[in-house]
Amino acid sequence: MKQTTHAKSKSAGASPLHALFTRELRIGHRIGGGASLGVVFFLILVTLTPFAVGPDLALLARIAPAMLWISGLLATLLGLDRLFQADHEDGSLDLLLTSAAPLELIVLTKCAAHWILTGLPLVIAAPFFGLMLALPANQLWSVTLSLLAGTPALTLIGAIGAALTVSLRRGGLLLAILILPLCVPVLIFGVAAAGAAPGAMIPFATPFLILCALTLMALAGAPIAAAAALRHMSE
Amino acid sequence: MRLSASRLSVERGGRIVFADLSFAIESGESLVVTGRNGAGKSTLLRALAGLLPLAAGEISCAPAGEETVPEMAHYLGHADALKGALTVTENLDFFAAILGSGRGGLPAQEALAAFGLAHVAALPAAYLSAGQKRRAALAKLLVASRPVWLLDEPSTALDADSQIVMAKIMAAHLAGGGMIVAATHIRLDLAGRELRLGRA
Repeated sequence: MKQTTHAKSKSAGASPLHALFTRELRIGHRIGGGASLGVVFFLILVTLTPFAVGPDLALLARIAPAMLWISGLLATLLGLDRLFQADHEDGSLDLLLTSAAPLELIVLTKCAAHWILTGLPLVIAAPFFGLMLALPANQLWSVTLSLLAGTPALTLIGAIGAALTVSLRRGGLLLAILILPLCVPVLIFGVAAAGAAPGAMIPFATPFLILCALTLMALAGAPIAAAAALRHMSE
Repeated sequence: MRLSASRLSVERGGRIVFADLSFAIESGESLVVTGRNGAGKSTLLRALAGLLPLAAGEISCAPAGEETVPEMAHYLGHADALKGALTVTENLDFFAAILGSGRGGLPAQEALAAFGLAHVAALPAAYLSAGQKRRAALAKLLVASRPVWLLDEPSTALDADSQIVMAKIMAAHLAGGGMIVAATHIRLDLAGRELRLGRA
C-alpha cells in the first residue's frame, strides 16, 4: 500500500500539469459540492420550468432545448467564481505563478478539471432532464451532443471572468455580468443545434459545427486571456 | 551564482513603496530585510518572486540560464498554500510537482520528518494547528530544490524548537550554495547582511 502511494507521488512529480489535474479532481471529489450541486441546481431549474409555463406538453417540448441550455449555462457559472479565487486566498496561486510550467497551460488544466467536475455531469444528466420536459426522443441526442460540444466553451470563457475577478471578495455576480454576454454566440448555436430534429428545417450539422468552432476558439484564446488577467489581477 | 537587483522601484495603487533599491547576493549569502510595518518588506519579496510588476529597475541572475528568477525561487508568503481537503503528504507531493525544476528534492516523508511532522503526514491539512501548517508550508522548501529562498516572516507561529530547526535548515541551504532573502521582525540567526527599508 505504502509502495503504491510512493510510486504515485513519483509519477506525479514527473509532470506539474498532471499533478495539478489530479489535485483539482481530488479536491473537487473530497469537498463534493461542485459536481453534485451543479446537477441538482440544473435539476431544480428544469423542474421549475413546467411550474412557470404550465403543463402544456407541446409548449414544453418546443422550449425544452432552450431551457436545458439556459439551465446548463447557469449551472456552469455556479462554481466558476471559485476557479482561481480559492487558490488566490490560500496562496496556491503564488505557487502556480512561480511554477516552471506556463501559466496558460495551468489555466487550461484547471479548466479541464473544472469541466470534468461540473460540465460533464450536466451533459450526462441532460437526456434524463430532457425527458422531464417532454423532449421528443429523437432530440435527446442532439441536446446532449450540443451540450457536450458547448459546455467546454462556457467553462473556458468563464475562466477569463474568474481570472478578472480573482481578487474580489464577492466576484460571483460581477463574473456573471462579465461573462454572460460573451456566452451569447455559444448559446445561439447551442440551442440551434439542440433544437434540430432529424428531418426538421434546420439541419443539425450546421449550427453544431459552428458550436464546435466556437469551442475551439475559446480553447485557443481563453487560456491566454485568463493567464494575462491572472498576472495582472493577482497582485 | 549571483542574484542582483538594480534600482528597483515598485508602485502599489499609485504610491511608490520603495525606489532605487539595489543589492546583490552571491551563492551562500543571505539578506535579511527589516523595517517597520508597511515599509515594503513583503512587497520587495513579492517583486523578487515576479508576483508584482516592477515600476523600474531590473532583477537579474548571473550566470544567466534558461530559467527566470521566479522559476529559481521559492516564495513563502503569509499564506501557507495548503489545501485543507488534501492530506499533508498530498499537498507536499503537489508542491514538489508544481515547483520542481529538475533539481530534485527530498521525498515528502523526509521533508516532513525534517520539520517533525511525520506523525501528521496522513492527516488532512485542515486538521493541523497554525504552527503545524506553517511547518508543512516550510517543508515545501525541501521537496523541490530551488536555489533562491524568498521567505516572508518564516518564523510566524513557530515554537522555539521549530525555530531552531528552521535556522538549521536555512544554514544548511546556505552551506549548499543557496541564497536566502528573508523579511522578518525577529532575529534570525543568519550571518548575512541586513537591508533596512525605511520611508521611501
